[in-house]
Amino acid sequence: MDFFLQLLVNGLSVGLLYGLSAMGFVMVFKSSSVLNFAHGELLAIGAFLFLVLSTWARLPIPAAFLMTLAGCFVLGFLVERIFLRPLIGEQLIFVIMLTVGLAAIFKGLLLFVFGGNLHTYPVFLPEGLALHLGAIYVPPVYVASSLTGIIFLVLFGLFFKFSPQGIFMRSVADNQRAALSLGVHVKKVFALSWAIAALVAGMSGIVLGIINGISVHEISAIGLKVFPVVILGGLDSIGGAIIGGIIIGLLEAFTGGYISPSLRDVVPYIVLVFILLIKPYGLFGLVEIERV
Amino acid sequence: MNSDLLLQLNNISVVYSDVIQVLKGVSLSVESNRIISLLGSNGAGKTTTLKAISGLLKPENGKVTDGSVLFDGATIQNAAPEEITRRGIIQVLEGREPFKYLTIEENLKVGTATRWMKPYRKDLDMVYDYFPSLVKRRKTLAGYCSGGELQMLVMGRALMAHPKLLLLDEPSLGLAPLVVKEIFRIIRRINREQGTTIVLVEQNANMALQIAHYGYVMENGKIVMEGAAEDLRENPDVREFYLGMGAGGTSRSYKDIKSYRRRKRWL
Repeated sequence: MDFFLQLLVNGLSVGLLYGLSAMGFVMVFKSSSVLNFAHGELLAIGAFLFLVLSTWARLPIPAAFLMTLAGCFVLGFLVERIFLRPLIGEQLIFVIMLTVGLAAIFKGLLLFVFGGNLHTYPVFLPEGLALHLGAIYVPPVYVASSLTGIIFLVLFGLFFKFSPQGIFMRSVADNQRAALSLGVHVKKVFALSWAIAALVAGMSGIVLGIINGISVHEISAIGLKVFPVVILGGLDSIGGAIIGGIIIGLLEAFTGGYISPSLRDVVPYIVLVFILLIKPYGLFGLVEIERV
Repeated sequence: MNSDLLLQLNNISVVYSDVIQVLKGVSLSVESNRIISLLGSNGAGKTTTLKAISGLLKPENGKVTDGSVLFDGATIQNAAPEEITRRGIIQVLEGREPFKYLTIEENLKVGTATRWMKPYRKDLDMVYDYFPSLVKRRKTLAGYCSGGELQMLVMGRALMAHPKLLLLDEPSLGLAPLVVKEIFRIIRRINREQGTTIVLVEQNANMALQIAHYGYVMENGKIVMEGAAEDLRENPDVREFYLGMGAGGTSRSYKDIKSYRRRKRWL
């Protein structure tokens, strides 16, 4: 029983991160219909940026964390500005191939600078953050990741629901022509969704780096798990991305714990295939509102 | 020439995808605080004319290749819609196009995009005053509202932007006659109370000419006739081809006249 609960807690906190990073992916898809194959690399960039700032530049951890997030935000913004904006109006396949190219460039650059070895952050999370729930021990990383995950989800939820920019972003995702006719800056919305996507991806990258250590291949492979997550949750549903993330996180934890650790990384893709066969729109994919 | 000229189209041509010419030299002028109605059969180029004004040609790969569009003294042809909307031109698209997954009130808030960060409480009240039936639906997703409510919603959404010039593309499309009446009554009220200049594209020529001050008739990408709305209503060609009445004023029966004998005089 304790073992089960332990796996449950681990799965939930990792799943929350998957969900958060998938949320960024879904936002880009919703606003501009672009599937971002460079998403995993965005996670890796976040993780390495934090590594540079915290261990090489020796900044205090909170400052390094905030600067990494700011850096990722700017990076997402620039990627849209430099690479994607010139392709607005072109066929979608070109744009998607561009993100594949970006993935290769980012990965190459990271490998060039940091090499393929495993790096680790210094231990900075205080042991006091750990939770002891009966016999279950929740390590500080998981507590911290759950906390940041929940905080970010609430913040973004409020942002989309109430802030004018959030409402504009949803309006563009809903009906781009109508948004344009009302003077919504559609290009700014694209840029903002890339920036936010890079920010949440970078944040997930940092936490996954703390949990697993940081290596380019490892983290970008984890980043690719957004695909099973969003297919499971529904490509165009932000809520679905988060729930999909949690389900995948739990599945991984339980498979790793009860069946075989080596099967762990395969399970999400098995789910991906099954979901595509049974429910191609995902659990929470938008069902078109049809007035009858 | 009138000093109150708000919008002027000088001989504009519009070409889609570099090959399909839709407008072939359209000129029209719109005075402030007026309602101008643009009539014509399907495919005459009415919607394209509106889009040439609002800048929405661009995303459809269309372009004003010739002529100029003057608004408030500035040339705006081929400008980005973000810029044109900020100058005060808002187009209400044909077929309504609400944001289906946003609530009515959120839809209205998107209307403030041209001046976000400014307070909009009063404008919401103003819109709810014009369209009282939206009030009880304010928390409903727009996708679940009726056609009449949606038409009111998209017009209200445009009003939130404080437009100087409102371009309405077929507001009566697919609505019940009573709702159409209501919509036209509100259009007239908006024009009177807000001083909003309105360009109205309509198939319902009868209703359109009742509320408009001036009208243009388009055919094949050209303006073929223009005049004060009263004159157009009396014009035998307009009566026959757009109001569905015989030249004499009685409704016509196909028995009486072989229709091919009578041709539109402007062709």
